[in-house]
Amino acid sequence: MANFFAMGGYAAFVWPAYTATLLVLVTTIVLSLAAHARARKAVRQLEAEEEQSGAAKT
Amino acid sequence: MSPFVALILRDIRLAFRAGGGATLAAAFFALVAALVPFGVGSAQLGVLGQIAGGILWVAAALAALLSLDRLFQADYEDGSLDVLALSPLSLEKAAAAKILAHWLTTGMPLVVLSPVLGILLNLPLPDFGALVASLMIGTPALSAVGAIGAALTLSIRRGGLILALIVLPLITPALIFGAGAVNGTGGGAFLFLTAFSLAAVALSPFAAAASARLNLGS
Amino acid sequence: MRITVLANPKRFLDLSRALIPWIAALAFLLLAVGIYWALFQTPPDYQQGQTVKIMFVHVPAAYMGLMIYGVMAGSSLVGLVFRHPLADVAAKSAAPLGAAFTALALLTGSLWGRPMWGTYWQWGDARLVSELILFFIYMGYIALWNAIDEPQRAAKAAAILSLVGAADLPIIHFSVEWWNTLHQGPSIGLTGSTIDPAFLWPLFVMMAGYTMLFAWLWLIRMQTEIFERRARALMLAKGA
Repeated sequence: MANFFAMGGYAAFVWPAYTATLLVLVTTIVLSLAAHARARKAVRQLEAEEEQSGAAKT
Repeated sequence: MSPFVALILRDIRLAFRAGGGATLAAAFFALVAALVPFGVGSAQLGVLGQIAGGILWVAAALAALLSLDRLFQADYEDGSLDVLALSPLSLEKAAAAKILAHWLTTGMPLVVLSPVLGILLNLPLPDFGALVASLMIGTPALSAVGAIGAALTLSIRRGGLILALIVLPLITPALIFGAGAVNGTGGGAFLFLTAFSLAAVALSPFAAAASARLNLGS
Repeated sequence: MRITVLANPKRFLDLSRALIPWIAALAFLLLAVGIYWALFQTPPDYQQGQTVKIMFVHVPAAYMGLMIYGVMAGSSLVGLVFRHPLADVAAKSAAPLGAAFTALALLTGSLWGRPMWGTYWQWGDARLVSELILFFIYMGYIALWNAIDEPQRAAKAAAILSLVGAADLPIIHFSVEWWNTLHQGPSIGLTGSTIDPAFLWPLFVMMAGYTMLFAWLWLIRMQTEIFERRARALMLAKGA
């Protein structure tokens, strides 16, 4: 097990590389999903308001 | 006199007026070249001669950038660009004329000034001819590719910074081949530089005109 | 299915909504298998030792950086020539993903090279240097989109820029390679010796996983862009 973590002496390079990969990919995913949720919520809200004002007029 | 030539002459005249930018680019070029030795440090002056070609090429690229937003912006702001678009001269030819004028008023002064700055930077004597030749061949590429950036960023307030961000990566080949040609180390540097410049000058008027058209008539 | 069918945002939204869960699941599956395989089942390289494991996160990232630029330029071309209404949405959505993968390629490439080169950056590696320029080109593209106020104009301007960049990228790469032949750089590029089959399969799995990840996030971002445009239209109508 210790051997695995030591990565033949190259642990200082291999693990940061995988960590950086994980970080960048997860951040990208989170940001994309968050923006998606925000936008969808905004549209739903505005469409609901439009319906209400339309119903109020009739 | 053909409209093409008339446009070139007009742009040249405008460039040399006060605030025209022709002398500005040359002064900036000289200033950058003069400042680099301070950055390099007095202990390292020995290497100055070896990197002089590269320094001058970077300085030339920056100086060309500085004067680029003037290429279309001034005409755009006072409506002349709209008039140009309606004139019998196609926008592509107009762009080509403007690129040529820009090179004559910005690129050529750099070429003329470069030997003096070469002395300032301890450029080895055999490299002076290559320096002048490489700048003469390469600066048209800077004007041509820069014109595309200038047309794209026409409508942006303070577009100069974005202009630089867009244009600089695209002119990397000119910088690489140009500086390589000065040092004389590269086989074929001049060949590739010439090819790049020719391609840039031939193709960019189309991209520049298309970009300029975007910002007009809307 | 003809491309025009997707032009209608509603059709696109319906189709993408159906596809997204499957693509996401596939992406995570491939990545999980790929990473496990890469980390636990591959031997050390006879030349690079265990650092070869970085290849499994670097090469896919670098490949995606380039492929996504192709997607971006292709979408831009379709937008300019065929005026497909979703083309610029596609291009705009792809760009930040391409930039992220390219940045990742630079990071992992630097770490991969350090044991070999002794430095964290090696100007002698032509591919890495070209990726650096590619990163700047992505930044310029994204900046241009954000700087132009009017969306239609921004779309066309960005499209032109992406095509100019696409034409220039091979030249840039060639010039960097040429530049490297001038001095004795390291004789070993990042991927060094020919890739052993033991490495090839996990690499393919990782590349497939990255591609699916991109496809998933791309669809998500395209949906986001469409929602944002709809929201803007609704706000304008409200104000009127």
